[in-house]
Amino acid sequence: MSDKKVVLELKNVDKSFGPIDVLHEISLKVREGEVLCLLGDNGAGKSTLIKTLAGVHNATRGEILVDGEPVIFSGPRDAQDRGIATVHQFGGTYPLMSVGRNFFMGQEPTKGFGPFKVYDRKKANKIAVEEVQKMGITRIDDGDRLVGGLSGGERQSLAIARAVYFGARVLILDEPTAALGVKQAAHVLRIVNEAKKRGLAVIFITHQVMHAMTVGDHFAVLIRGAIAADFRKGEKTREEITDLMAGGQNMADLEQEIEGYMEAHDGHPPKVEPAE
Amino acid sequence: MDSVATLLRRPAAASILSLIGVLAFYVIFGGVDLGQLFGAASWVNYAARIGIVAVALGLLMISGEIDISIGAMIPAGAMTTAIISGYFELPIILGIIGALTVGVLVGLFNGILAVRTSVPTLIITLGTLVAMQGIVLAGSKLLTGAASVPLQAPQWAKTVFGDLMFGGNHQVVIIWWIIIAAVFWFIMHQTKYGNWIFAIGGDKVSARNAGIPVDRITILLFVGTATAASFVGMCHAILFNSAQVSGGMNDIFNIVVSVVVGGVLLTGGFGSIVGVFVGTITFAIVVKGIDFTDIDRNWANLIIGVMLLVAVGMNVTFRKKALTAVKKKKG
Repeated sequence: MSDKKVVLELKNVDKSFGPIDVLHEISLKVREGEVLCLLGDNGAGKSTLIKTLAGVHNATRGEILVDGEPVIFSGPRDAQDRGIATVHQFGGTYPLMSVGRNFFMGQEPTKGFGPFKVYDRKKANKIAVEEVQKMGITRIDDGDRLVGGLSGGERQSLAIARAVYFGARVLILDEPTAALGVKQAAHVLRIVNEAKKRGLAVIFITHQVMHAMTVGDHFAVLIRGAIAADFRKGEKTREEITDLMAGGQNMADLEQEIEGYMEAHDGHPPKVEPAE
Repeated sequence: MDSVATLLRRPAAASILSLIGVLAFYVIFGGVDLGQLFGAASWVNYAARIGIVAVALGLLMISGEIDISIGAMIPAGAMTTAIISGYFELPIILGIIGALTVGVLVGLFNGILAVRTSVPTLIITLGTLVAMQGIVLAGSKLLTGAASVPLQAPQWAKTVFGDLMFGGNHQVVIIWWIIIAAVFWFIMHQTKYGNWIFAIGGDKVSARNAGIPVDRITILLFVGTATAASFVGMCHAILFNSAQVSGGMNDIFNIVVSVVVGGVLLTGGFGSIVGVFVGTITFAIVVKGIDFTDIDRNWANLIIGVMLLVAVGMNVTFRKKALTAVKKKKG
């Protein structure tokens, strides 16, 4: 096992909404300088787990520990103050605002004093461009550019760079590659690696096994609100992981279904519409 | 060429082009004397009346909400002042405070409903619009027995809020318009609060996650529009020495058109105070400037309609331009 320091830990966390149990006895350890990949199909409880970690929900039972101390977040802001930053699919960016303004949203640098505190556009733009470039996105060189003109990957990168700049220690990335093309996704994965190198703990949520295998050190598969598997890099093959995610049984069922079809149709597999 | 391109990417671009277009149209087809038009008070007075509310509404619309109760708030402000200081003959200062208080209360009501319920603010403020019309008419009848109340304000109040300047026909409210627009410009484009308002209009959930007090700002913006409207009504009551109950339906559309021509995106997140300011001037010139042309004034609404469509069309184009704009590499 790893000897790296545990930043965030869940101990037997349950979360239910009224009578519905969404998370069941979740125990996880997130270490600094490591990427934890949280895998799971839609509806497996990934979003609820992230929201619990980000302070949106409180756990019904169980404990959340930050640096070994049990905490109860009073809200998303509280979790952020403790260094837990969440970046959602579109990165919480505002398309019709500039790179600089996006980067400093809610924490604007100002100059002047009293009622004449003025937003310091030059400083904001300069720091934003520097930080984004440090993360390897060299295409952004003008802080006045509107974010809506950037690609999805660049927007993600901007959001990650912002979280890193504002002192995040745990970075929760909610399906950052889901809506991206191959090249864009590679961009984001590189930035995930960069964040890891800087000693951040990264929780990477995805259902794309390939992306997870590329950056992950530690994997947890979530099925119907419970951890179905928890293993480290190299302990399982891609096929095994995909199988796990689909609930194992389901995948076998699907295979059988196709085989059954083939038997009844002179060995032809089911018709597949030709690709364009 | 580069500076032209930069200008076109600004939210105010369409309103400036609209203004130039309208002026050119009036000169070419209406034979207007520009010197005479710029010297005239009628359109400036009108612009100030709708402009004070338009800048406040501009901020609110950038945050992605709308307030149409402003239509009822202008007569409500006027009637409050006239009833308190005219009919009951209390000091004018109480009338002024009363009018502004009514604005703040209605704004709070709108704002709190907007953040507590998921009802669209168009519907909420439609409700307060009609309700306020009822309150103002019934209240006026109940208290004074009439729908029109005379008011004689002392000279200091007239000088500050409702007088003609420089011995001419320009109303003092024009100065208020410029001051209010300047203050709002500062807030919107120079402070972090402006940043927050843009963010609320751009993506409310992300703004909340970024720690921006979305609800408080939304409520404040509603207080801003309602109070701006009651302020205008109060100034008019003092200027014209009387106040009448009226629906104020025209004002709603005129103010919203000014804001939209000014380049504010209806869904929020984009716009500028300079744009709204120029949009208001353009609108006022179309409506009042037509008297200086050979064109029959009944055509004014047609021009407004065309201008609105053209301006919004330009806004869409320019916004796309702004999104794809990349600064040219040096060297």
